[in-house]
Amino acid sequence: MPAKKSLAMLLSSILMLGSTQLMAAPSASMLANTCAGCHGTDGASMGPATPTIAGMSAEYFRTVMKEYQEDDRASTIMGRIARGYTEAEIALMADYYAGKKFIRAKQNLDSGKVAAGAKLFDKNCSKCHDEFGGLPDDDSGILAGQWLPYLQYAIADFRAGHRDMPKKMKKKVTKLNDAEIEAIMQFYASQK
Amino acid sequence: MKQIKRRDFIKIAGATAAVSAIGFPAIAAAGGKKQVVIVGGGTGGATAAKYIRRADPSVEVTLIEPNEHYYTCYMSNEVLSGHRSLDSIKFGYDGLRKHGVTVVHDMVTAIDAKGHKVTTKGGKSFSYDRCIVAPGISFKDNIAGYDEAAHELMPHAWKAGNQTKILHGQIEAMKDGGTVLIAPPPNPFRCPPGPYERACQIASYLKKSKPKSKVLIIDSKDKFSKKGLFTQAFERHYKDIIEWVPAKDTGGGIKSVDAKAGTATTGSGDVHKADVTNIIPAQVAGKIAHTAGLTNESGWCPVDHKTFESTIHKDIHVIGDAAIQKPLPKSGYAANSEAKVTAAAVVDLVNGREPGTPSWVNTCYSIVAPDDGISVAMVYNFVDGKVAKVKGSGGLTSKDSSPAERAREVQFAYSWYNNITNDAFGG
Repeated sequence: MPAKKSLAMLLSSILMLGSTQLMAAPSASMLANTCAGCHGTDGASMGPATPTIAGMSAEYFRTVMKEYQEDDRASTIMGRIARGYTEAEIALMADYYAGKKFIRAKQNLDSGKVAAGAKLFDKNCSKCHDEFGGLPDDDSGILAGQWLPYLQYAIADFRAGHRDMPKKMKKKVTKLNDAEIEAIMQFYASQK
Repeated sequence: MKQIKRRDFIKIAGATAAVSAIGFPAIAAAGGKKQVVIVGGGTGGATAAKYIRRADPSVEVTLIEPNEHYYTCYMSNEVLSGHRSLDSIKFGYDGLRKHGVTVVHDMVTAIDAKGHKVTTKGGKSFSYDRCIVAPGISFKDNIAGYDEAAHELMPHAWKAGNQTKILHGQIEAMKDGGTVLIAPPPNPFRCPPGPYERACQIASYLKKSKPKSKVLIIDSKDKFSKKGLFTQAFERHYKDIIEWVPAKDTGGGIKSVDAKAGTATTGSGDVHKADVTNIIPAQVAGKIAHTAGLTNESGWCPVDHKTFESTIHKDIHVIGDAAIQKPLPKSGYAANSEAKVTAAAVVDLVNGREPGTPSWVNTCYSIVAPDDGISVAMVYNFVDGKVAKVKGSGGLTSKDSSPAERAREVQFAYSWYNNITNDAFGG
């Protein structure tokens, strides 16, 4: 260990002994558990609309929270919540939820729309949203088995320009009509 | 101050914890499993029980609650409007049993802080290393004539269950053209936006089923939670139905009732004979908190905000509505959040560790019309030994938010409800 660093640590430790003002950051579980009231225990939402956040990639979690903080991403309440946390706290929560299991929602869907959505998904979405939107590492939230109302809100925000779409996505989405979009959302939601 | 890198910070924090542990009283020292007794099975008590078992399954948790089911006060206003059933706000304790919590249906009558023992009406006694008291609220006698018998005739419905059923029945039985009088309590009280959401929910039913009827709110205050947003909702949805009267116009609101005659009288002497009268009295901590000597002159329980341990009696923690937790509100979400902070602290304490730094959130939704939801939220941290609002966070739904956003807030309110109740009571 470099001498400078260990000296700094020693000094800091002495400082801590004489003062209770400087507190450690809350633990990852302490921070993450505060989300559960809306997003479900361990981030597995009971629905009908709040998304499951378990299993999301830590990087995506951090990106989304930053967007909420800066109002770069539309929200009803998340902007207000996200602004309550430091970057370091968000990183702790991100790692915590990345380690939890995404539990796919059981919900009533329209089987006709799901079937139509499957074809549209293949043609339009599958290149980027691998494994039917079930991979945490494809630079998006987990879509497979996500709550349908949440998927509908998200795509509505993209289409209304309240959220920025990647170029490739924008090109595809603008060509799809309302019924086709709805079918694709139903398909994502149907993944078991 | 020099910025400390996170990695170093953790190391420093670790070093401090080790130092602190030396000077720390060895609580439940040798032998046997650690015992935690929780008094009260509402949102706070149930959440604490579950989260202690999640964090350390070696801790034995006994939850003592008189009723076999708990009816949440939050969302009970939707029962009054007929939007949901009473059964949909009813929760049992099998979920907690799945987490290994011992649930005892009995009423705690005394807590012996020195002897670390809780005794019940059923004659049982339970020893504890740490006790968590989550007794909710009890009512003050601030309204003359509002005795136990009057509760049946002019229900408060501020503890959900049978009271909710009575009030709902009265509203359903009321003739078109009738008046529902709501008398909200003075601060502080459980669920600050609740009386005004209630007015909206009742008005939403009346608008549809009994359009000539009125809701008259005779308040004991001149302002209230989310006032701007509620006032907007009253005008937007219930212009000719809801009337709100501030305390300054009535000599402080309703001061006495004659329940048999069906009358309620204001401080300035106006007598109101409404068809349905909903009296919500002033509140203090639940009864057992008083019996156990956990309250101060305010009628609420002072606690150390880091651990929610009583500042009056050692090794007893008080959470939820009963605690003095300002700036956290007396809400279900706050109780759930306080319970998790306390659960983590209790697990640390019974294991001889210094508790970590707490963090809290509050989120309260009010459903003011079938497609119109509003919310208030806040993130809280621990500053100078107290709960503090994190600057820049939180706040209210915008008055200018679109109908689509308001409709989403209703769906998020339902999601909030499903998730918080599952987080507290689910297996």
